[in-house]
Amino acid sequence: MIRVSFLSNLINGISLGSVYAIIALGYTMVYGIAKMLNFAHGDVIMIGAYISFCVTQYLGLPAWVSILASMLVCTLLGMTIERLAYKPLRSAPSLAVLITAIGMSYFLQNVAQLIWGANPKSFNSVVAMEPLRLFGGQLIITDEAIVTVLTCVVIMICLTLFTEKTKMGKAMRAVSEDKGAAQLMGINVNMTISVTFAIGSALAAIAGVLLCSTYPALMPTTGSMPGIKAFTAAVFGGIGSIPGAMLGGILLGVIEIFGKSYISTELGDAIVFAILIILLLVKPTGLLGKKVNEKV
Amino acid sequence: MSEKKQTTMVPYPSHAIVPERDVNKKPVLEARHLGVEFGGLKAVDDFNLIIGPTEIAGLIGPNGAGKTTIFNLITKVYQPTMGTILVDGRDTAGMNTIQINKLGIARTFQNIRLFDKLSVEDNVKIGLHNQMKYNAAAGVLRLPGYWKQEKRMHEKALDLLSIFDMQDLANHEAGSLPYGAQRRLEIVRALATNPKLLLLDEPAAGMNPAETAELMENIVKIRDTFQIAIMLIEHDMKLVMGICEGIAVLNYGRIIAKGTPSEIQNNPTVVEAYLGKKKEG
Amino acid sequence: MKKKLNRTFINNAITYAMVIIAFVVLYSMQQAGMLSRTIKGQLIPVCVWIVMAVSLNLTVGISGELSLGHAGFMCVGAFVGAVFSGVFKATMPNETLRLILSMLVGGIAAGITGVIVGVPVLRLRGDYLAIVTLAFGEIIRNVLNCLYISMDGGALFFGFSNPSLPGKLIVNGPQGVQGISRISTFPMGFALIIVTLIVVLNMTNSRAGRAIMALRDNRIAAESVGISATKYKLMAFVTSAALAGMAGALYAMNYSTVTGAKFKFDTSILVLVFVVLGGIGSIRGSIIAATVLTILPELLREFSDYRMLIYAVVLIVVMLATNSPAFKQFLSVVKDKIVGLFAKKNREGDAANE
Repeated sequence: MIRVSFLSNLINGISLGSVYAIIALGYTMVYGIAKMLNFAHGDVIMIGAYISFCVTQYLGLPAWVSILASMLVCTLLGMTIERLAYKPLRSAPSLAVLITAIGMSYFLQNVAQLIWGANPKSFNSVVAMEPLRLFGGQLIITDEAIVTVLTCVVIMICLTLFTEKTKMGKAMRAVSEDKGAAQLMGINVNMTISVTFAIGSALAAIAGVLLCSTYPALMPTTGSMPGIKAFTAAVFGGIGSIPGAMLGGILLGVIEIFGKSYISTELGDAIVFAILIILLLVKPTGLLGKKVNEKV
Repeated sequence: MSEKKQTTMVPYPSHAIVPERDVNKKPVLEARHLGVEFGGLKAVDDFNLIIGPTEIAGLIGPNGAGKTTIFNLITKVYQPTMGTILVDGRDTAGMNTIQINKLGIARTFQNIRLFDKLSVEDNVKIGLHNQMKYNAAAGVLRLPGYWKQEKRMHEKALDLLSIFDMQDLANHEAGSLPYGAQRRLEIVRALATNPKLLLLDEPAAGMNPAETAELMENIVKIRDTFQIAIMLIEHDMKLVMGICEGIAVLNYGRIIAKGTPSEIQNNPTVVEAYLGKKKEG
Repeated sequence: MKKKLNRTFINNAITYAMVIIAFVVLYSMQQAGMLSRTIKGQLIPVCVWIVMAVSLNLTVGISGELSLGHAGFMCVGAFVGAVFSGVFKATMPNETLRLILSMLVGGIAAGITGVIVGVPVLRLRGDYLAIVTLAFGEIIRNVLNCLYISMDGGALFFGFSNPSLPGKLIVNGPQGVQGISRISTFPMGFALIIVTLIVVLNMTNSRAGRAIMALRDNRIAAESVGISATKYKLMAFVTSAALAGMAGALYAMNYSTVTGAKFKFDTSILVLVFVVLGGIGSIRGSIIAATVLTILPELLREFSDYRMLIYAVVLIVVMLATNSPAFKQFLSVVKDKIVGLFAKKNREGDAANE
């Protein structure tokens, strides 16, 4: 019996962790290339979920259309944010960029509140399959969990192939190594950063839809906590590293679910953050990150 | 210039950069088999040197030879992966930048690192930080110790600035100074920490010939007034050959030659690795 | 030197004068009953937010580290101060003394929390430091949300996660501290502002403050002249936390209950908005921004839906205006145009006069 609940927690953890991983990918790619913490990333997730909600609820279109629509909107949104708020600050101190990103996060939340109100909307799951029942029905794996984990794996594989094989992917890696040198080699740095934001935001849309399919209460602040936790996951795995984001996300999801079920529900978030702090102190570069020396 | 009461002279070669040095005086700095690796690449390898008190030594070499890295190793901005550094005969293993400064090594930086938003005087006063003895509470409560020491340090700061005739700039924002003045201010700030050895990283970079000539005089003057040793990295050969009593030439992280300015100028290896290249270009 | 001493001196004198005059005017108006209810209700909160903004400016502006957990320290000060005041209610009938001591104890508790948080956190830099202060702020609030304290006779009982405790509950988990005697006063708020100003301004113009600013401007250079980053970054951080704790205690004792929910991440951001809008590093700016942004929303309640939206836009625009070369150029062009317009008018005016 205990073993079944353990398994069920583990699966929930991996499923939640997969969402964190998809969000963390956005953070990690942007951090790797633009060297900035895009605080508003979590709120792009929320916008993505709202778009999907509107398309299915008000327009009555099928779920897959709503996902495509929300990806499209988020991609445009991400690129616009980058163009308007972050690009002018490319050479500004990181404090200024971070404050701008926080401002952007609050901006998105409040715009969402004006449009959709502060009350939670009940998000209908985009997945409609039969849940998987194992051990004679003792262990139920929800269809959302299956789809979330599979999506995460597919995204991971695609993204790895993209950065390894395609020209744009190579350009991204070059820009993250050395912006100046990449520019001298004829890489369009602005374009590369823009594409990075686009990909990160499209992933955020998917994450938003998956997150709200599992946890259906959709509010303007829905994205902020998962966003911060996903950043934690990205740092956990080693910021800038794509497999690191994946690993960090899943570990964090599992830790959170186990913490909530075995230690304390109220302290779930505190446990996650405490782990982040301990990890950063022990290994500031994260699990798979590499050390960067400051040039003197 | 230097009043070396000569006793016994050690014959060259030793690890001394200045060939004729007084062995009865304890060296200020000694590096033995110093080395560092960055990702498997040896940036500095088997680097040995001895610098005695009141010597002026030069460290030259082509770009990327590892000169600044040596300064960073001495001041523990990077931790060496091999070898030992002795300051005043004390092993510095495990020490950090702050402790090295307290032992008596001060430096300037190739890419100027001033406290841009603070005044020139405050920059110097920050150099005097460890000579001011009042604590934070005395500063907040404005106890008598605060006023007394602030006044003394104000005078001392102006005194130090007057080496370069900069006392009139005391109230200017450091970041707004012209380039040459910024370099000079960095030297003053380093001097303010009361060092035994001053490391100057390309002090004449960006200066015009007149400024460089003045700087040369001032470096010698600093050595004579404060009785300290100076080691400098510099590309301006006129400056290096003009004031250094000994020169070490670095290439690919290793010392390839050492000697007096005239020895270095006539050393075929050096001419090939460094000076020769320059003449062609 | 004379000139410079005078400049800082005059600058600080203006700041003090501004605060003192504002207090004298408001206090006499309050005594004469000339203030509206809304304004009267805002007097103590304004003092609290001024202290919060000035103390955060010590971390963000003077020390150059972005802290996103300032509300966490305020929260500690509020809880500890309110509990202290509740415990000694009977034994210490003098309210002013009890208020001062509660604020001190709240400040010390927040300061100690600052040490616990600061020692590990200040080893990190930049964005990591920001996110970890945020995490700490959330942890503090999370933990206080699960804290239960009760008093039975003279004894205090502590519990965690909904226990049953004997006697009267003082701290009741998510419901926070209850039954606080509202002993905060406007003059005490003013006194706290003055203390904060003395601490922050005097520190800035002393040996410790110079070391803190040196580390902000160039950490490697500061270490090369023998300044300990750990020591001085921590000093700024802990001082800032302690002042926030005192503000928190003052804040708590202005209400009859105080809950952890009041000190969410949003509160940290609100204080950051004060600092940014007032000008990072400008103490006087923080005071003005905190005052205006505390009173204005109360006067313009019909716009309350747009308040946070406007703050968000303000954050972005101020950052772009102060940091983006293109934006700066745009502003200077606009300025030139306006100046040019006036110059032209003047010239025309002069011509007309002749």
